[in-house]
Amino acid sequence: MITARALFKRYPQGIEALKDVSFEIGAGEMVFITGHSGAGKTTLFRLLAAIERPTSGSLLINGKNIGALSASAIPYLRRKFGLIFQDQKLLFDRNALDNVLLPLKIAGLSVQEALRRARAALDKVGLLDREKASLLTLSGGEQQRLAIARAVVNRPTILLADEPTTNLDQDSAAEILGIFRAFHQVGVTLIIATHDPRWIARLSPRILRLDRGSLQDSAECFNPRP
Amino acid sequence: MKAFLAQHRMALDDAKQKLLASPLSAVLSLIMIGTALALPVAGLLVLDNLRSLAGGTPQVQQISLFMTASADSEAAGEIEARLRAARPGNWRFVSRDEALERLKLVEGVSEILESLPKNPLPDAFVVEPADIRPEAVENLAQVFSSWPNIAHVQLDSDWVRRLDVFLRIGKLALFMLAGLFGGALVIITFNTIRLQILAQASEIEVARLVGATNAFIRRPFQYFGLLQGFLGGLFASLLIFSGSWLLSEPLDDLVALYGAVWNFHGLNFQTIAGMAAIGAFLGWFGAFLSVTVHLKKMG
Repeated sequence: MITARALFKRYPQGIEALKDVSFEIGAGEMVFITGHSGAGKTTLFRLLAAIERPTSGSLLINGKNIGALSASAIPYLRRKFGLIFQDQKLLFDRNALDNVLLPLKIAGLSVQEALRRARAALDKVGLLDREKASLLTLSGGEQQRLAIARAVVNRPTILLADEPTTNLDQDSAAEILGIFRAFHQVGVTLIIATHDPRWIARLSPRILRLDRGSLQDSAECFNPRP
Repeated sequence: MKAFLAQHRMALDDAKQKLLASPLSAVLSLIMIGTALALPVAGLLVLDNLRSLAGGTPQVQQISLFMTASADSEAAGEIEARLRAARPGNWRFVSRDEALERLKLVEGVSEILESLPKNPLPDAFVVEPADIRPEAVENLAQVFSSWPNIAHVQLDSDWVRRLDVFLRIGKLALFMLAGLFGGALVIITFNTIRLQILAQASEIEVARLVGATNAFIRRPFQYFGLLQGFLGGLFASLLIFSGSWLLSEPLDDLVALYGAVWNFHGLNFQTIAGMAAIGAFLGWFGAFLSVTVHLKKMG
């Protein structure tokens, strides 16, 4: 499903964020990308989300090389992913429902179908009763759950999350990971970049450990979905 | 196809909401756009009315054919026959006696005429050409000059020719002005859209991250430009219509004092539709440029 071969990412200032990274991720896997701050987790997340392109090497997602895709093809690829960001990237001038509706409007769904799906997504993350709520009234955990609802509303096969439990208390983080586990159980491929070791033991995912841009060990703890 | 239309409807709704969200700024923009469109169009309308005034005023598009003093009624009959054959437009014969009677009506001239031993005026024909273009009238006058027993051909449209040149220069100047104002309209829309893009930068970023194409992001802004320009065109029509309505009666009265039959004509439906269409196009174009430049800057 996802194949990285000799992936390099260098920034103009000479910083080498990723060095010769190769791995494969099969459909339905749960993979944690771990490492210390500055290890290259977010860079790899951004490459996987087609936000940036590799300097060299190939990154194939469903057989398509991200690096070789035209700019106009990228949005259509992103619609197949669910993206969850560390800073959530929610729209605070809109209510919860409107935030979840955005990807559906982009996909061109009818209003009725979009509303039906958005409410179903809010229900999955336990926010259906807060659909009209202003984001300012939502807690950090609720905002993160809303970001997950927005990410899954288009029924993606791959869910990418960058530090999804950062800044969350223990209970909220446990809720978020519970939601991830539920998606994994229905066959969604989960790729989570995190430096939070608390949850690795709980979920027993496969680990891709990065250290200063290099992959230290891969394919350990391989745990396909139950 | 259904999804495509739904997205366009959504973009149009979004543009309408943007307009309504800040009514004061929308009204100010409409006033600016309306004024920029109204000024050249009003100028063209005035020139058009002047042209029709020149064409519709008696004694303006006339050619007077004065016969020789020795010309008798037979000679007058021949000229009449030639005029009938040439069909230059309307014409009438003014006998020397009729001309004298008319001249006597002019104050102060009567006594002088009484003192003359005989009527010094010749028989004459007054032709009102069907084709009132200055060059056509000029040609006609030349033809009349070559006819027998015609002593003098007086073209009463010299000032019309001058007016025509003036109108052409005026029209050219107005087209240049329209070009400048059109450019201004594009700049106004460009700047309005620039501010909107800056205000919605985070929304655009999020939309891109969840799969929005550039076309999806552009669409509401371009509809906004189109809508604003369209409404600006309608507002310009309203301005011109109001001006025409206020001026038409006093102008009609003024022209009537000069013995002219003339009605000030304002905007017709085609002109209003044209102004709205030009406004819409310029607004769309300004928005298109702005979105292209700023989306590129945003990467």
